[in-house]
This record gives sequence, structure tokens and C-alpha cells, in this order.
Amino acid sequence: MMEPGLYHLLFISAALFFIGVYGFLTRRNLITMLMSIELILNSVNLNFIAFNKYLWPGKMDGLFFTLFIIAIAAAEAAVAIAIIINLYRSHQSIDVENAEELKY
Amino acid sequence: MITGSTIIFYLLASLTLTCGFLSVTTRQIFRAAIYLLFSLIGIAGLYFWLQYEFIAAVQVVVYVGGIVVLIIFSIFLTQQAGEKLAKQKPGRKIFSALAVFCGFALTMIQVYQHTFYETSETPLPTTVFNIGKKMMNVNEEGYALPFEVISMLLLAAMIGCIVIALRSKPETK
Repeated sequence: MMEPGLYHLLFISAALFFIGVYGFLTRRNLITMLMSIELILNSVNLNFIAFNKYLWPGKMDGLFFTLFIIAIAAAEAAVAIAIIINLYRSHQSIDVENAEELKY
Repeated sequence: MITGSTIIFYLLASLTLTCGFLSVTTRQIFRAAIYLLFSLIGIAGLYFWLQYEFIAAVQVVVYVGGIVVLIIFSIFLTQQAGEKLAKQKPGRKIFSALAVFCGFALTMIQVYQHTFYETSETPLPTTVFNIGKKMMNVNEEGYALPFEVISMLLLAAMIGCIVIALRSKPETK
């Protein structure tokens, strides 16, 4: 086992990002797709923090980016869930295949 | 030389990745939410391990305490109990796994070929005092403007949620 450093964190972050992408591609349920998006956003946050810690420890840019991304993710999740629940009210389903009224 | 810190790092990393993977593959949506919760807790642990305690606390409060609870509520509102998610076509699964694997391999090759140069500047301790001083600073190094923009965004999102969730009145009345 090696001493963990920047590359280890980048590996975790990339793996988490692509796990999220896999979930986004395979899931057809809107709530589980939202969960995949949360995983992707978290991997981005981890990346920012890792770069801030190992490459620019004298600055705090990565930290503030992470803070603002967390705030935006919270707003995004709230709006997305409001839309999902409204969609369920009108269609009785939250499957993306059934929500195609805006498609054509 | 294996130290306790190294072991903790690998434990947190495996917790995060395993729970993240289970969260996108399990067919029971409630379990997916719980696995997502543990994955987010693992990431908060990684922030603690990196000694970014404030970010870790924000992660626990906002993600674990806020977003996951919101997701669980919306599962209760939209999902029938005990119902499994529909099975996916194997072709789509294989294609997605292949695309994801190729993307991951490409990214990791790029990362390992690149050499990162560490700066020798003295680390700024990430205490709440320093963070607060920077966030409220209106000078060149401060983050007061993005802070205000984010607060406007949160207000807009709140109003948007209320407007979306309002039940429109039936017209035949």
C-alpha cells in the first residue's frame, strides 16, 4: 500500500464520476438519475478539494468553489424534486420514457 | 510503512466507491438512497481526512441531512412500497459499462501521464476564521460577490419550487 496522495484522490474522484455517469446512462427512473447527478457533483467537489490541498495550499479557491457547488447542488435538487413530484401528479409515473410530451 | 492514517484513507475510499457503485446498480430504489447516503458520508470522511473540517461539516449538513432526506421523501411520495425498478435491457447496460470504462481509462491515463508541480507556499490553515474572512471580503481576494450571487440563486430556486408545487386551480369552477 502506498502513502495516499493527490493521485489517489484523483482516482477516487474519477471513479465516482464514472459510476455516476453509468447510473445516469442505465437508470430510467428520474429519482435515481438525480442520485447519479449527486454522485457526479460530489466527485467534482472532491477534485477541487484535492487540488486545493496538494497543489495550492496557500490559497482557498478550491474550497470556495466546493462551497458554492454544494449550494448550487442543493438548489438544483430542490427544484428537480419539485418537478418530479409535479410530473408524478400529472402522469402517475416518474419514468423518463413516459415523460415525452415535450419531445416533438 | 502502513500508518493508521493510510488505513483510514483506504477504508473511506472503499466505503465511498462501494456504496456509490451499489447505489447505481441496486434495483430497490430505497436501498439506492441509503447507499447514496453512505457514499456521501464516506466523502465527508475524506474531507475530514484531508483536514478540511468546515467542508466536511457542510457536506454532512447539506447532503446527508438535506438532499438525501429530500430524496427519501420524494421516494415515499412517488413509489409504491416494495416495488422493484424495471430491469434494463442488457444491451444498454453493456454499452454504458463499455463507454464508462473507456472514459475512465482515458482519464486515468491522462492523469498519470501528467506531472503536477506542487507549490512551496506556506499552507493557509482552513479554519472557520480564515474562511469567513475571505468569504466576506470585498477586495480582490474576497468572495463576497459570488456569495451574493449564490444567495440570489437560492432565493430564485425557492420561489421556483413554490411556483412549481402550487396546485393550479381547476378551471371549471
